[in-house]
Amino acid sequence: MPDALLSCENLTSVRGGRVLWQDLSFALAPGDALLVTGTNGSGKSSLLRVLAGLLPPSGGMVKRTERYAYLGHDNALKAGRMLGAELAFWGVGDTPDFGLAGLRDVPVSVLSAGQKRRAALWRTCGTGADLWLLDEPEAGLDAANRTALLDVIDAHRMRGGVVVVVSHADIALPNARGLAL
Amino acid sequence: MIWRLTLRSVDIVSGGLIPLVFFVIVASLSAFAIGPDAVLLGRVAAGSLWVAALLAALLPVGTLIAEDVSDGTMDQLRVRGLALETIMISRLVGHWLSFSPALLLAAVIGGAMLNADVVPLVTGLLIGTPALAGLGLTAAALVAGARGGSALAGLIILPLALPVLIFGSGEAWRLLAAASLVLTALSPFAAAAALRAAE
Repeated sequence: MPDALLSCENLTSVRGGRVLWQDLSFALAPGDALLVTGTNGSGKSSLLRVLAGLLPPSGGMVKRTERYAYLGHDNALKAGRMLGAELAFWGVGDTPDFGLAGLRDVPVSVLSAGQKRRAALWRTCGTGADLWLLDEPEAGLDAANRTALLDVIDAHRMRGGVVVVVSHADIALPNARGLAL
Repeated sequence: MIWRLTLRSVDIVSGGLIPLVFFVIVASLSAFAIGPDAVLLGRVAAGSLWVAALLAALLPVGTLIAEDVSDGTMDQLRVRGLALETIMISRLVGHWLSFSPALLLAAVIGGAMLNADVVPLVTGLLIGTPALAGLGLTAAALVAGARGGSALAGLIILPLALPVLIFGSGEAWRLLAAASLVLTALSPFAAAAALRAAE
């Protein structure tokens, strides 16, 4: 088995005195995908934040590749700045632009919710990271862009990338491993 | 990345010329309130201008860090491997650059309006403004998740700024420099610790 890009052992999270999940162990090798599902408040986003190193786990350990990208609930785009300037700040490449290439000279504040989400996806997927951690990436996207997102994820896995997707929508990731919290 | 982050902080934090205009207005208000007695004005000028500078430095504190935390920017910076301390140092420099140069310029105008000695005033502000920026940064980090954060930040900063205010308007340069150095050097670490504790 090739080296895992993301692995964790006996991961446990306790938030506010409540055990969210415990003893999670998995390893994701190049090309793998993990689809995390669960009800509201089951700790999906917390798991992703732990995997991204933004939250210390209550127990267990995470090992991840250094080249990784994280997409949270928030798009981290400044309303007053131009889309192109924001993307340039994060060092984002030209693809995958999710159909936004023509909007570089537009301030972020005039973009729609779906366009902002696509811009955040562009930033996440366009930095050449091997491991993508995506928290409800499809939120606010229309059907065509959902399909485009799935294509981008497939292409990423073809190239040997790994993706962890948190979602409560039905997302069709071929041969993805499932984790229900 | 860090340099670009600092420049971006200046772009986002600065309310443009707002702190500057605010400073000039507060300075002229004290002139109107005290009256046209040139001797009296000259005596209270340094003190009022220091208070005005402190208030101007306070203006952007409410959004200085809270915005980055709530819109996910802080997460993105950390995912790119930047330590919170590094981010805070960069934000400190950005905050200082966004209000101090303009403030020093305005102090010349304000000093002339209040019949103050401009050279010691500007020297003092030059030494003291990094401390004001540092205090602002720490307070901004402390209130980043709180509702009504800006008002709370004011309550935190104003008492802590007393030494800077006293040494600055009293022209005790060495004490001012010492206080400023300590406050400026400690603030990124205090701010990072505050953010970490809030997770």
